[in-house]
Amino acid sequence: MAKQLMKGNEAIVKGAILAGCRGFYGYPITPANEIAEAAAYFMPLSGGVFLQAESEVAAINMVYGASSAGIRAMTASSGPGISLMSEGLSYLAGAELPCVVVDISRGGPGLGNIAPEQSDYFQVVKGGGHGCYRGLVLAPASAQEMADLTRLAFDLADHYRNPVIVLADGITGQMMEPVEFKGEPALPPAPEWSVTGTAETRGNLVSSICLEPDDLERHVRKLEAKYKRAEAAEVRFENWRADDAEIVLVGYGIVGRILKSVVEQLRGFGMNIGLIRPITLYPFPAAELHRLAYHARQFLVVEMSTGQMIEDVRLALNGLAPVEFFGRCGGNVPAAEEIAAVVRRLQAGSHPEHRLETELDEVALHG
Amino acid sequence: MANYTTVHEKSPVFYPEYERKSEARGQTHYCPGCGHGIAHKLLAQAIDDLGIQDRTILVSPVGCSVFAYYYFDTGNIQAAHGRAPAVASAVKRARPGSIVISYQGDGDLAAIGSAEILHAANRGENITVLFVNNAIYGMTGGQMAPTTLLGHKSTTTPFGRNAVNDGYPLRVAETLSVLDGPVYIERVALGNAKQILQAGRAVRRALENQVKGLGFSLVEILSPCPTIWKLDAHQAQQHVREGLSSVFKPGVYCDRTKEAVPRPEPKPGPALTGIPRILGIELNEGASAAPVAAASVDLRIRIAGFGGQGVLMLGQVLAEAGMDAGLDVSWLPSYGPEMRSGTSNCHVRISSRPVDSPLVTRPAVLLALNEPSLRKFISSVEPGGLVMYNGREVPGDCRRPDVDLLARPFTEIADELGEPRAGNIVMLGALLRRIEGIPDASVDRALARVVKTQRWLEIDRKAIARGREVCHVS
Repeated sequence: MAKQLMKGNEAIVKGAILAGCRGFYGYPITPANEIAEAAAYFMPLSGGVFLQAESEVAAINMVYGASSAGIRAMTASSGPGISLMSEGLSYLAGAELPCVVVDISRGGPGLGNIAPEQSDYFQVVKGGGHGCYRGLVLAPASAQEMADLTRLAFDLADHYRNPVIVLADGITGQMMEPVEFKGEPALPPAPEWSVTGTAETRGNLVSSICLEPDDLERHVRKLEAKYKRAEAAEVRFENWRADDAEIVLVGYGIVGRILKSVVEQLRGFGMNIGLIRPITLYPFPAAELHRLAYHARQFLVVEMSTGQMIEDVRLALNGLAPVEFFGRCGGNVPAAEEIAAVVRRLQAGSHPEHRLETELDEVALHG
Repeated sequence: MANYTTVHEKSPVFYPEYERKSEARGQTHYCPGCGHGIAHKLLAQAIDDLGIQDRTILVSPVGCSVFAYYYFDTGNIQAAHGRAPAVASAVKRARPGSIVISYQGDGDLAAIGSAEILHAANRGENITVLFVNNAIYGMTGGQMAPTTLLGHKSTTTPFGRNAVNDGYPLRVAETLSVLDGPVYIERVALGNAKQILQAGRAVRRALENQVKGLGFSLVEILSPCPTIWKLDAHQAQQHVREGLSSVFKPGVYCDRTKEAVPRPEPKPGPALTGIPRILGIELNEGASAAPVAAASVDLRIRIAGFGGQGVLMLGQVLAEAGMDAGLDVSWLPSYGPEMRSGTSNCHVRISSRPVDSPLVTRPAVLLALNEPSLRKFISSVEPGGLVMYNGREVPGDCRRPDVDLLARPFTEIADELGEPRAGNIVMLGALLRRIEGIPDASVDRALARVVKTQRWLEIDRKAIARGREVCHVS
């Protein structure tokens, strides 16, 4: 029974507890509910805390408290809840507190809907809260990665003393796939900076205030240096047959999976196609894209949004190669067949964007 | 004249020198006549009296007391505006042996943090809250607070607080005391020496309650703000005694300390080696086994029907069986409100190669458990595909010459077996006759994993057998 069929959302909680997470604070929201529900069951059994907060605002501040007290802590939500958590994320980053936040993104803006979208990219990858801070962002594409990247997220959060966000979507959270767990259960000791209510930690202070401009600049520069270190050390991506590709597809999360099937289909027809699936969205695999631009004729970014990650692809390529875009949104998931059609048109030399509006099929997950 | 000595002794709970500019290290950042200094002193004395300095964690708010951590030689956490009770709740639960104090002002607690304080109180968190109410925003320069008195001119009520426009002064002690969660709520004032002595007793009690594990305690402290009130220190104290106290009456509003049962000591968590068992998993220490399958399989299945027909469960059994057979699988449900309003569908992929996309937009197999599902998905089936329909006959306008159509009244057949809800599994039995790569034993083990009761397991085994028969007859 090494592999078990489980939902991505459940795999997150099991990965988290194996990583030593002993505090979960959350507020109900679809499509992330299974995470809180699994945490409500498994946290107390594992000697941890589950607390249903009165709001996402309270939940992220509970994470702030638990992290201050030196335990590995997390919360999970979806776009509307992540909006409310943005204040807290800024404080966590400012106070250099590690934590893991899971975003099972859904359709927006506003109440939108509960179907999968990738429209939280700007919010999660570029900040969302105030001030010069970054969150490290991991983008799982399978139930297995939901478990593995959540576990990695806790290690990264502790190492960089910074929030790490696991950005997934409704599909990755809701689908069941075989998952296996590796590595002994961990339970790291409280970090030395934490405030645990003991004589040894009595002098410790967790705070994000630096009243003097010189102090705050020093602090912000320190954070900046930390992010530069992460940019150098933590980039992760999947390169699927992209090294010799003329057209490189770029997509993350569930879209990366669909693009892989597009690559297989079109390679079968002799087309020279490959895929880059960023696994870390921040830091972004800019160098890899840049490297491929010396061989690739063009890039096609596919997202379940009107185009957010494409800005990072364009920054990475810096004009070296043309970047086209295809996106579905509102909860519609692009089908492999329609992406393949776009790639064929691209191959034939026409730009996809002008023609999409009239050719969209309804391929909604909800049918 | 009495013979006495005045002793100005600084509590050992205060730092010897404060984290301030060099010329100000001996004094606080509070204005002359401000009540925060007194409240700090009362808190420090109580911490010292109870001998809990090492265990104490002070959560500072946003407002004039944002820098409370300058003074207290305890563990310190500075929280976002209004969120101190949420932070304190999590700190206490993470470190039950610590003594956690949330120190807040009126804007912080009664306005922006009104949700956090209400719910921390209602949960009966075993924390102590000191709520310093001076009826004004001090740090930001004199704007209206939720506790500002009617008629009072602040920078945001230049004509005086007017109930029609601005609402009424919020009575926090009274409001929270109607909840079942708190054990002790008292309002005190810093209007004169006698009131200050009473305030000191209340602060000490509120802390002692936590030490004893009794639960949530809050002391509301009516406190002078001479600078913003534009009064001298004496006049400000008088305003506390006469103005504030007339609207916010001092007194004990809630006291359940006698009947409160001390919280049990938290049990230590399980041994780490026991965690996988708790999670219901086995750790795989070897290399990941790649799926091993006898034949080349690539099943793309879409299953759809009414909620309650077992659409999702049927898909799950198929996925479990495929995994058991050494194949890679994925199962993706439609999710959300439509599950509660009638229809349901799922995507299942079973493949001898790693599954790329879990979405099945061009199914090779469609299992339609009702007519609307057949109508909805029939056109998406790839040519040469298989369609199974739960009905006696495929409606004429749904027929396609290029797919293999099999119509059987699976629900009725299951009804003959005594359980109409097993129609999905009869259909599964029929499907298994038509597809390759999933051995019977795998299906049986999958059923045993997915089906929770022995009774249902027996029904489902019969249903599978019956399904094979009805398919064979065709």
